Amino acid sequence: MTEVLTQPAPPVALLRATNPPKRRQTSPLATIVLLAGALYCLLPVVWVLVASTKSGGELFSTFTFAPGTSLADNVGDLTAYRGGLFWRWMLNTVLYAGGGAALSVIVSAMAGFALAKYSFPGKSAIFNMLLAGVLVPGVILAIPQYLLLAQVGLTNTYWSVLLPSIISPYGIYLARIYAAAAVPDEVIEAARTDGAGAARTFVDVVLPMMRPGLVTIFLFQFVAIWNNFLLPYIMLGNDHLFPLTVGLNGLLNQGAAQPALYTLVITGSLLSILPLTALFLSLQRYWQTDLGAGAVKA
Amino acid sequence: MTATHRRRGPRKLAPYVFLTPAILLFAGFMAAPIGYAVYLSFRATKVTGLGLGKGARREVWAGLANYRRSLADPEFVHSVGRVGLYGLLLVPVMMGLALLFALVLDSGRARGGAFSRTSIFLPYAVPAVIASLLWGFLYLPDVSPFAYLAGQLGLPSPELMSSRYILFAVANIALWGGVGFNMIVLYTSLRAIPSELSEAARLDGATERQIALRVKVPIIAPSLIMTFVFSLIATLQVFAEPTTLRPLTNNISTTWTPLMKVYRDAFTRDDVYSAAATSVVIALATLVLSFGFLRLVGRRAFGQEA
Repeated sequence: MTEVLTQPAPPVALLRATNPPKRRQTSPLATIVLLAGALYCLLPVVWVLVASTKSGGELFSTFTFAPGTSLADNVGDLTAYRGGLFWRWMLNTVLYAGGGAALSVIVSAMAGFALAKYSFPGKSAIFNMLLAGVLVPGVILAIPQYLLLAQVGLTNTYWSVLLPSIISPYGIYLARIYAAAAVPDEVIEAARTDGAGAARTFVDVVLPMMRPGLVTIFLFQFVAIWNNFLLPYIMLGNDHLFPLTVGLNGLLNQGAAQPALYTLVITGSLLSILPLTALFLSLQRYWQTDLGAGAVKA
Repeated sequence: MTATHRRRGPRKLAPYVFLTPAILLFAGFMAAPIGYAVYLSFRATKVTGLGLGKGARREVWAGLANYRRSLADPEFVHSVGRVGLYGLLLVPVMMGLALLFALVLDSGRARGGAFSRTSIFLPYAVPAVIASLLWGFLYLPDVSPFAYLAGQLGLPSPELMSSRYILFAVANIALWGGVGFNMIVLYTSLRAIPSELSEAARLDGATERQIALRVKVPIIAPSLIMTFVFSLIATLQVFAEPTTLRPLTNNISTTWTPLMKVYRDAFTRDDVYSAAATSVVIALATLVLSFGFLRLVGRRAFGQEA
């Protein structure tokens, strides 16, 4: 078994080519099972699509799935809310999740490449330390991170959310797997013989070969940051720096006293998930990565 | 400088240069906070006199006092019990459904598989806060379609966020958000299995169900294990869902989960020492559970050479 374990997982590009499911005789039971799952997962999405078309009054009076006619008004109200604060949150989210994930990809690719393709003293110690980081419950870090950043006066700034989001032990782990599988030693050797330095080789040869894997790491980290509610919730006090999640959470809290804000929360939720959903569906193939593939190909 | 010299010097340094940003960030934003949390967990403030003026509050060594207080706190014990129950409910159901969907997709026997797969994966794009907002409104009796249906049927409206059902209500949100991602991971592993294996079993007269349970599931065991461990870690850290639902119900206290209690202690009560001790306890419990589980199943995943 150990021998099988040491095999790296195939990169995403290879996985896509393997065994498309064969069409066999269809079974109604199989169709029903999957459709039930699909309906369950679509229910809240359909609800928010409908609810965002309702005015505040209609929300509580008409049937849940009966559409209203106030979508444009709702979007207008949301845009007008405190001088367009909602769109500011949207931009902040792009900065935190997009910028953080992009930086994380660079850091992970460099580290993963070094761990996969070089042998050097301290390598296994470094790798084990990073691997342990995968299992450290990330959210536990948020409070000490806050206290440490408070000491250097960085809390309540963009940096306080961006910097802790760059390090991703899981991203490094994945990058190491992709580098081991997608970058042949001969190619690196050839670049070296041609006189390219380590940095040139990395940028010109290694990065392009790792590209599909890096897209996957970007998406993973993007979601991890976009999903991490506690970190910005703790770090930020100024609502102009909030990402969408913290902003909408605050709106809902106020809505408990002012139900008129509920329509803003609902419309805001819809507008928040639309762009991301579109991005996800168009990049869906990159999700077909395999956490345990190293041991699967027995 | 000779040619060999020029080549060897940078070659030896190169891996360390590549690793520097990762190690610096790891040290600054993971190792240092963990160390600082452990340090704080053994400290306390001592108030002298009336506690007024400079120097009246001093930080002193507290030994295990914070841990004793944290572990004996009935609010903490309750939150642990609640999250334990929540995990026992959520993780098996989520993993079971994810595996079922993945196996059915892989069997290729469902119509509209691509539509269903995409729909089930869709909630992964929705962060926990927004998922909780959406479900929170669906639970709210004035808005809920479930209440409407019950009304049409002449039944009393279900109080989905009453103290009786709140645990299920929160678990449902996490289930909704997590089942699709786990399904995709397992489905990808299933597709990497050589089709000859299933074909051979089929020729031997095995039914689809037998092929799924006796051929496919054992082969994808490492993926199952990893998704299980990641789900377990996420479960113990549950924070966003109950925090978001709080304004909509009276049945979620500020210490409903261990992490919510840590947050309250640190930021509402300004007691970072006891918050640090509780964080360390949660982190240790998570590590013990995940390593224990990996050991139990024979460390079949994560077996990368190091």
